[in-house]
Amino acid sequence: MNIFKSLKRNKVAMVGFGILFLLVIIAIFGPYLYDGSPWKMVQRPFLPPFQDSKFPLGTDTLGRDVLAGLIHGARISLLVGLISTAIALLIGIPLGAYAGYYGGWVDEVLMRFTEIFQTVPSFALAVVLVAIFEPTVYSITGAIAIVSWPPVARLVRGEFLSLRSQEYVLAAKLNGQTNRNIILKEILPNSLSPIIVLASLMVASAILLESSLSFLGLGDPEIMSWGYMIGAAKTVLRQAWWLSFIPGVAIAVTVLSLNLLGEGLNEALNPKLSGNREN
Amino acid sequence: MKRIIMGVLLAFLPFASNVYAEDPTDGGTINVAVQPEPPSLMIGMYSNATTQQVGGNIFEGLMRYDKDLKPHPALATSWENSEDGKTWTFKLKEGVVWHDGKPFTSADVVFSIDKMLREVNARLRTSLAFVESISATDDYTVVFKLKEPFGPFIRLFEVGTTPMMPKHIYEGTDFKLNPANHHPIGTGPFVFKEWKKGSFIHLAKNEKYHVKGLPHLDNIYWHVIPDAASRSVAFETGKIDVLPGGSVENFDVPRLTELDNACVTTDGWEFFSPHAWLWLNNRQGPTADKRFRQAIMYAMDREFAKSALWNNFGKIAKGPVGSKTAFFNSSLPDYEHNPEKAKALLKEMGYDGTPVRLMAMPYGETWQRWTEVIKQNLEEVGIKTKLVSTDVAGWNQKISDWDYDISFTYLYQYGDPALGVSRTYLSTNIAKGSPWNNAEGYKNEQVDKWFNEAATAFPDTKRADLYNKIQKQIVEDVPVAWLMELEFPTIYNCKVQNLIDSAIGINDAFGTAWIKK
Repeated sequence: MNIFKSLKRNKVAMVGFGILFLLVIIAIFGPYLYDGSPWKMVQRPFLPPFQDSKFPLGTDTLGRDVLAGLIHGARISLLVGLISTAIALLIGIPLGAYAGYYGGWVDEVLMRFTEIFQTVPSFALAVVLVAIFEPTVYSITGAIAIVSWPPVARLVRGEFLSLRSQEYVLAAKLNGQTNRNIILKEILPNSLSPIIVLASLMVASAILLESSLSFLGLGDPEIMSWGYMIGAAKTVLRQAWWLSFIPGVAIAVTVLSLNLLGEGLNEALNPKLSGNREN
Repeated sequence: MKRIIMGVLLAFLPFASNVYAEDPTDGGTINVAVQPEPPSLMIGMYSNATTQQVGGNIFEGLMRYDKDLKPHPALATSWENSEDGKTWTFKLKEGVVWHDGKPFTSADVVFSIDKMLREVNARLRTSLAFVESISATDDYTVVFKLKEPFGPFIRLFEVGTTPMMPKHIYEGTDFKLNPANHHPIGTGPFVFKEWKKGSFIHLAKNEKYHVKGLPHLDNIYWHVIPDAASRSVAFETGKIDVLPGGSVENFDVPRLTELDNACVTTDGWEFFSPHAWLWLNNRQGPTADKRFRQAIMYAMDREFAKSALWNNFGKIAKGPVGSKTAFFNSSLPDYEHNPEKAKALLKEMGYDGTPVRLMAMPYGETWQRWTEVIKQNLEEVGIKTKLVSTDVAGWNQKISDWDYDISFTYLYQYGDPALGVSRTYLSTNIAKGSPWNNAEGYKNEQVDKWFNEAATAFPDTKRADLYNKIQKQIVEDVPVAWLMELEFPTIYNCKVQNLIDSAIGINDAFGTAWIKK
């Protein structure tokens, strides 16, 4: 099957993919091209956008370049989003796989454990975790990962529950394959599509979560992020709307493009939805 | 030529306005924002800013102070110091009554200072250590005998430091549990009416007030509005007439002051003169080196911080003593913004780039931004910093435990170096557990000696000599990095007249204020 072919046919998903690709390029190369610290006070404070060609998006309350902040913020937002999602997958997939594959008391124990995390509101838990461990980029990434793995575990468990009695799995068992082999090589590859879709949406919600934490002043104080920019500008919303508006748009566009991509992937990976049955 | 004419005209303006000044009109209600809600109105026991703001209108001190910190009569009509500086004789005003109708006499003064405040007010207790005895020679005369002359004595009698308490209510009771704490009884221009917790505090005109014709206002309401943005809106919509200094975010101040009908003043902070500085840990790391600390002084762009963060209110601090505090030495050398000099000092000491921890003060936006400015300033001269963020409790804890490299604070000066300055620099004041003492760990025996002599030197010229020497030495040593003398503008509706008329500002403001019809 060819995911890319069917993805390419989905124009909306391609728009999402295009924006995201651009953001990744900016996040990787932007800070080199647009060098200098985003914390540097370079012009008079409260310079409105489109007035000085050197600082096209204006300056903030302390005269720091908004564009520089935006570019440096892209890197941190994407990095936190991707890494925390990766960690969440690393926790959620094995837990869900074991629970679903073995069933019985293993399932009971692992699912009760998962429910502990699911019953606590995830944002509140993230705030508490970051506050306890002092806000650094590591503690923030960790906290986001810890609050976002339970849905992964539940999803993977569901997939494994339904796949474990499939004929090819029974055949593998009869074949004398080890449980580990069956989990990794037989069932997991077949349950990847919903995981990929979920992961793309998780990156989006991780970015939102990071921004919310920074907005509340729980961001890494050394790192310029979009959430920080909005949080720092909220008291001057009525004098300098652009300070909240511009990073707000950046967050919205990023999250939207991830959602579009996720939707597209969902259609491409799900044969029932894609209408593409020849493979 | 034009300029001269303008100058002449301006010189006459005050006269002109006097000629046309209206007579105060009686009546009216005033609405004030209060933030946070005070824990109590019992001004002698609680030094919280808002307790002082409300309670200062219910209670009174023996004196009031003008902007130059000169004492004026309040409950005392006159005072005299003996030749040797050790005996003070106070004459009290006759015909003053408490809110419950009982007369105010010298017995109340002796009780308030010697018994009650000595027990419940730690700051006054430190000064009372210099007092040998307090006695009433007749109903309206009180005599203080001092162990040695104590220069700051004359600055102890504003209502926040030494409020007069009713003896007939408190004597023989547990001061902290007395029911009168919830229904305070003073001699002040306003009487306590009602306190709806979480909503408002209501004071009403004292009809039996001892100053004829005062107060002009009928009612004062303090409204509890916990959110800064809502306070701004309440002022804009006219629900609030007065925003005491510090009750809205600095970034909102320019917008509010530009409103029609908004008046602004920075007067009324002269007694407190809030002095902001960076704590520098003198014990360990690069900050233990004097040259490093001096480099910090040269690295900071304090003018920028003043304009970007404080809307140009306030003043760059020269040294440990504020310019409005007694014995300020104006001829101290300046630490101007000079990155080159800072770099040279760092090179001379051989600074190896060890990062220093910079801890923000969790007191809101302005301080957060200020931390970022300082970080930028320090990095420009090559000082590596690591930001540490914390909450209020954690910040108190870390300063008290000396677990920091650089952090922020601001403390009141209380008009006299012996009351508000020496506590930060005396090596005898180094003790873990308090964020208000010599938390930086500065030790200089010579300075210790001078400070101790200066507190009891007599007369004032001798004190001035010593304080000049002290300031010169401390400015050279840079035990802490002075930032600014802060000014918190009071924003009020222009219909309110004669609002701030003392050195403690809004804390005893409403007795003489009136509303223009």
